[in-house]
Amino acid sequence: MAGQAPAISLSSIDKRFGEVRANKDVNLTVARGSVHGIVGENGAGKSTLMSILYGFYEADRGEIRINGNLVRIRSPKEAIANGIGMVHQHFMLVEPLSVIENVMLGAEGGAMLAKGEAKMRAALAKLSADYGLAIDPDAIVGELPVGLQQRVEILKALVRGAEILILDEPTAVLTPDEAEQLFALLHALAGQGKTIVLITHKLHEIMAVTDHVSVMRRGEMVATLETAATSPAELADRMVGRHVLLDVSKGPAHPGAVRLTVENLVIRDAHGSLKVKNINFSLRAGEILGLAGVAGNGQSELLEALAGIIQPTLGRILLDGDDLALTAPTPADRRTHGVLHIPEDRQRMGLVSAFSAAESMILGFQSEVAFGSGPMLSTEAVRAHTETQMEAYDIRPRDPSLKTSKFSGGNQQKIVLAREIEHHPKVLLVGQPTRGVDVGAIEFIHKRLIALRDAGVAILLVSVELDEIMSLSDRIIVMCGGVITGERTPETTNDRDLGLLMAGVTERAA
Amino acid sequence: MSAPIELPKWADVSLVPVLAVIVAFLVAGLVVLGIGESPVRASILLVQGALGSGEGIGYTLYYATNFIFTGLAVAVAFHAGLFNIGGEGQATMGGLGAALICLKLDFLPWWIVLPLAIMGAMAFGAVWAFIPGWLQVKRGSHVVITTIMFNFLAATLVVYLLVNVIGKPGSMSPETRVFEASAHLPYLHEALAAFGITIPQSPLNLSFVIALVASFLVWLLIWHTKLGYAIRTVGHSPSAATYAGISIGKITMITMAISGALAGLLAVNEILGVQGRLLLEFSSGYGFIGIAVALMGRAHPLGIILAAILFGMLYQGGTELSFEMPRVTRDMIVAISGLVILFAGALDGLIRRPMAGAFARLLKSEG
Repeated sequence: MAGQAPAISLSSIDKRFGEVRANKDVNLTVARGSVHGIVGENGAGKSTLMSILYGFYEADRGEIRINGNLVRIRSPKEAIANGIGMVHQHFMLVEPLSVIENVMLGAEGGAMLAKGEAKMRAALAKLSADYGLAIDPDAIVGELPVGLQQRVEILKALVRGAEILILDEPTAVLTPDEAEQLFALLHALAGQGKTIVLITHKLHEIMAVTDHVSVMRRGEMVATLETAATSPAELADRMVGRHVLLDVSKGPAHPGAVRLTVENLVIRDAHGSLKVKNINFSLRAGEILGLAGVAGNGQSELLEALAGIIQPTLGRILLDGDDLALTAPTPADRRTHGVLHIPEDRQRMGLVSAFSAAESMILGFQSEVAFGSGPMLSTEAVRAHTETQMEAYDIRPRDPSLKTSKFSGGNQQKIVLAREIEHHPKVLLVGQPTRGVDVGAIEFIHKRLIALRDAGVAILLVSVELDEIMSLSDRIIVMCGGVITGERTPETTNDRDLGLLMAGVTERAA
Repeated sequence: MSAPIELPKWADVSLVPVLAVIVAFLVAGLVVLGIGESPVRASILLVQGALGSGEGIGYTLYYATNFIFTGLAVAVAFHAGLFNIGGEGQATMGGLGAALICLKLDFLPWWIVLPLAIMGAMAFGAVWAFIPGWLQVKRGSHVVITTIMFNFLAATLVVYLLVNVIGKPGSMSPETRVFEASAHLPYLHEALAAFGITIPQSPLNLSFVIALVASFLVWLLIWHTKLGYAIRTVGHSPSAATYAGISIGKITMITMAISGALAGLLAVNEILGVQGRLLLEFSSGYGFIGIAVALMGRAHPLGIILAAILFGMLYQGGTELSFEMPRVTRDMIVAISGLVILFAGALDGLIRRPMAGAFARLLKSEG
């Protein structure tokens, strides 16, 4: 395709949000029919750049050329008209509606549905045939697995004539298997001349699927490389701007007394379905117990039960031998007993996005005397405390009054981490600590967790990232379908072994 | 999907409401024009009526007092994510609470009766809002529905009591006897006369001062207390509140009670300050307009005071206007208030969006 104008050409894009310059003079060229990766730490400006391309924001300066033509994209509608489609990290789907209804949404073609639907059905059938995108048009979206829901999002974009497809962290919610299928699909699309832009944190995905990769750091485009000619280590260094240790270095653990004991725990969710089926384990001071498993196999419920947020149906949770259901039934009580919790979903639970960073920094500890005597809350004390924490945990930007939602994922997670760690946990429950967090922050978070372990804290680490489980844990338990399918140590296991346990193939069978 | 609407804070709290009012007046002007009157003259008459004389200002602030109380009531609930539209009923019950104290105890000196009556008004209003809150927590019945129903319950209850139990014997109208002077909250002109300051006579009474104090206390509560933090957490993110160990049920009930107590204070202005007896329908719609006041004031006490004064001006200026221009009836004034509510509340985005765009361009040309 030599001689053709590039599918996307951005030149000198500048975007400022108040004090923050999110994009500084960014240039990007993406060839037609290629898969182009964009990597960078959270807050590096990747999302801003893509939002400008998709018309969520308008750039303060700079030019956008699509297939060589200068365009102005002021809304997603204009982006779609220019053949740009976007698949968001959080799907924009109406769950109770069927696949065809979701795909039609906003493109119904007139007041009556029948005609538009027939046309859409034909279009879907053609796309399915062209790209091997098999999907039942009448299936209810809410009942589909996440991988297929994502496929609906891709279909939505393709049906609207997208030639350029932007995917924002597409694998964050997928199982490794689903991710493989997605990559195969992306290759097929690129093979047919579509242009794919892939935003991700995961360097091995970049290596696996892209032709070229651009690295952003602090709002600037620092490099565009041919994927075949680079390595994850080089990308990581360029993202962070210094040398990054991808492997975690830690000394041997010195486990102490048993801190937390879980006995015959059974948990039903609000609808009465069994999520955790009679599990037993114990957690010692000074060790990291990794809990591996595909998302949705009872780990979330287990964490919430341990934190006191939901009540188990049966069984006991003991802290230093005392039944927590009696001594500390509520989340607030658990906190005062030293059971602290970094929740899986920081947006929904760990923080209040509408609050200032300072206000989020005291969530759960708002009643402490340090933050105001009696019924009063001292804005100054909270602010001063936050300033100290921001310094200690390198939370950027260092502005306690900035809204929590304005911080990048990594910095939001650091707010939660700082808050929980500074309250001297005996037991720390950690859920997906590095989900949606950039490489630099991952390194920081991992180091902190190991330092805590060495200081004698009992840590339960729930993660769907096997790398994380393998490199941090001293012991590993695996959950599948609400039961523990096996226990391992990192030295005696590997990805394949854990994968089998995660799939429910138990020790005897394997 | 649209670009996020970001405005400097000062523009958000001042410029947007002011523009909303101007647009509302322009549209209302068209209506006035439609019935063959001059909108310019009508506007002048309205502002003159509201602010042109000491007496007018007194009336304006007297009406504003009611709007401050009901606006604060809606705002406090709003911070906890609750929509209390039972201000009418809570104010009515506040009147009952104040009246019961006065009827029983108005032989006592004022410094006993008045504080007790004010507390009675708050307590009855609080209970009347607490029950819907409790029902939502325990039974899952939504406060929007229950508070509306409680408006009707309060109205019928007070009618029953006035007719059958506490009404003045031998009177044709359903109202209590007039309270003794010790149960009368002084008019501002009376209070200031004691210090040798003379201002024109109006129904403006010390409730206005109570309203200002209440505004300050609400500001303190919401942004500078631990309870306020809990209320805002529940309002912004119930799941984060649960995580933080904040009981959503408890906060819901406490917030509704505080909201109801604020609405109940309306009775202090009307019953203790002006009427001196309990009668029917003294709350006359203030509870509902409180929703608009809270919306327009962005649920911030300072904004609520300003919005309340604006609605006070509309009430007072509108009354004067309908004297001067008989063709502009009382209903027209209601229509104008409605337009202000429409533009300030419902169509807020209509003004905010272009303004955010204008600001973005302005900043760009500077930068």
